[in-house]
Amino acid sequence: MIQQQSPSSQPPASASRRRFLLSSARTAGGAALMGLSIGLYSRQSISLPAEALRPPGALAEKDFLGACIRCGLCVRNCPFDTLSLAELGEPVTTGTPYFIARDVPCEMCDDIPCVKACPTGALNHSLENIDDARMGLAVLLDEETCLNFQGLRCDVCYRICPAIEKAITLEHVANVRTGKHALFIPTVHSDHCTGCGKCERGCVLEEAAIKVLPLNLAKGELGHHYRWGWKEKEKAGRSLVSPDIKHEYNLPEGQHYDYEGEGLIFDDNTSNGAPFSSDPLKTLNQGMKEAP
Amino acid sequence: MIMPLHPGAEAIQNKGWLLAHKWLLARRFSQLAILILFMIGPGLGIWLVKGNLSSNLVLDTLPLTDPYVLLQSIFAGHTPETTAMIGAAIVLGFYLLVSGRVYCSWVCPVNMVTDLAHWLRERFNIKSASTISNNSRYWLLAITLLLAFTTGNVAWEMVNPVSMMHRGLIFGIGMAWTILLGVFLFDLLVSRRAWCSHLCPVGAFYSLLGTHSPLRIRADAREQCNDCMDCFLVCPEQQVIRPALKGADKGIGPVVTSANCTNCGRCIDVCSKDVFHFGLRFNNKPVHNKNIHNHTDHSTGAEVL
Repeated sequence: MIQQQSPSSQPPASASRRRFLLSSARTAGGAALMGLSIGLYSRQSISLPAEALRPPGALAEKDFLGACIRCGLCVRNCPFDTLSLAELGEPVTTGTPYFIARDVPCEMCDDIPCVKACPTGALNHSLENIDDARMGLAVLLDEETCLNFQGLRCDVCYRICPAIEKAITLEHVANVRTGKHALFIPTVHSDHCTGCGKCERGCVLEEAAIKVLPLNLAKGELGHHYRWGWKEKEKAGRSLVSPDIKHEYNLPEGQHYDYEGEGLIFDDNTSNGAPFSSDPLKTLNQGMKEAP
Repeated sequence: MIMPLHPGAEAIQNKGWLLAHKWLLARRFSQLAILILFMIGPGLGIWLVKGNLSSNLVLDTLPLTDPYVLLQSIFAGHTPETTAMIGAAIVLGFYLLVSGRVYCSWVCPVNMVTDLAHWLRERFNIKSASTISNNSRYWLLAITLLLAFTTGNVAWEMVNPVSMMHRGLIFGIGMAWTILLGVFLFDLLVSRRAWCSHLCPVGAFYSLLGTHSPLRIRADAREQCNDCMDCFLVCPEQQVIRPALKGADKGIGPVVTSANCTNCGRCIDVCSKDVFHFGLRFNNKPVHNKNIHNHTDHSTGAEVL
């Protein structure tokens, strides 16, 4: 076979083909290596520290990184200079917008200029009411330093909240330390908190006791098969587990129990008011009188 | 044969320094002007353009989007809003007309870095054996799109020196200067015109855009060529000149048709015989005439004709 090939044409052709294949393989190999390293690098350096928040309307982080083209128009359109673009070397994915609530929180503009400015929809344009934004969720992280938890009336997070009385309420709890006062516990409600971070910014402590965290860190999730019995019951209008049996105490004659609030009631007017007589003997002898 | 001191020396003699640097100056002006337009916003509060080369808004009305970055985003699985699509369509249309790689030589800020590296490389006569195939960029282009597809992230934009530099100058550069320094040193020490003409996938994308674009360099006066090699020495994409300049006897027309040509116009500057000019790609028939390419004394070139 080899001898039959024309010596003038065949060897150069195969040599050039060999050269072509080699150089193609070299280039492809180099490109693949570069791609692999960029891919691995990008996987490692995709990061969003818990204190860095995305602008309102940002898609879920994974989708956001594919949708954001790092143009910075949201940053430019933020009238309060809240947003900044991550620079190479910062702990946020390079070129993407973020804000640190403790430094500058989101002022929740009614017209949401940052979302309008986004050309790609990485900030979702279907967000029309800023109250629907979910940049994160405020969490009262440290009960040990929160002044309200000590029984003081700081209330700053509650007062500064743009959704006062909705996103943060003050729940009254007995103050066991003093025995006579109430604790006004700041309580965040996820159905109203936008994660703007004003509470975190406003917290008077050296290190904020209340912080806005990314939703995935801040929010628990019920098992999908969980049902709240009382809600299901309300929905159905009846108990779903077993037929409701009227609860009854087997009480001595002349007594019954009103579990709507009154408690133990003596039908007998003589022992009116108190469940037991002030005379312990009388109590012990109760029901013995009729015996003889 | 008198060897010129440096490419373009004879053109400077014949045309004067200014005319022999006409397109280079115009290009630097364009590159700097675009950069300044972006920078006077954050710098001086004059907002003619907002954003950066990836996407921006001119005079608060005209959206412009880099179609390559947007393509990565689409590969990453995102469906962009119409603003970005319109912006990308405008940019696409522009570069389809004027040739894609006008982006590289007239807009891209990295060009100034690599041109400086090249200038120093020539100045200090740095030679290096390493050669990179100039098709590597197409492989890299494919890889960047594949990366976007597999990671769901516009991963290339995390290291892309082009967007890094532009964004860095406008929004704060962070550590991105290290990547630019890498590109600079690579071009200076490792391989001639390594980044822009061999590796950069942005350039590869814009090359593909310009495959059929009408605005082209033409070597209509190629009979006057005196083989001084100046155009070849200054050209960032040396392979594109030969067919148009020397292809007359092979029946190749005088238009530089290769999409890799950046339309930088430097060949026009340095040619003392005014062989090149900007023109359209149409009417690309080889003019039937005697091929004159054997004179060594270029001062007599015109007389031979």
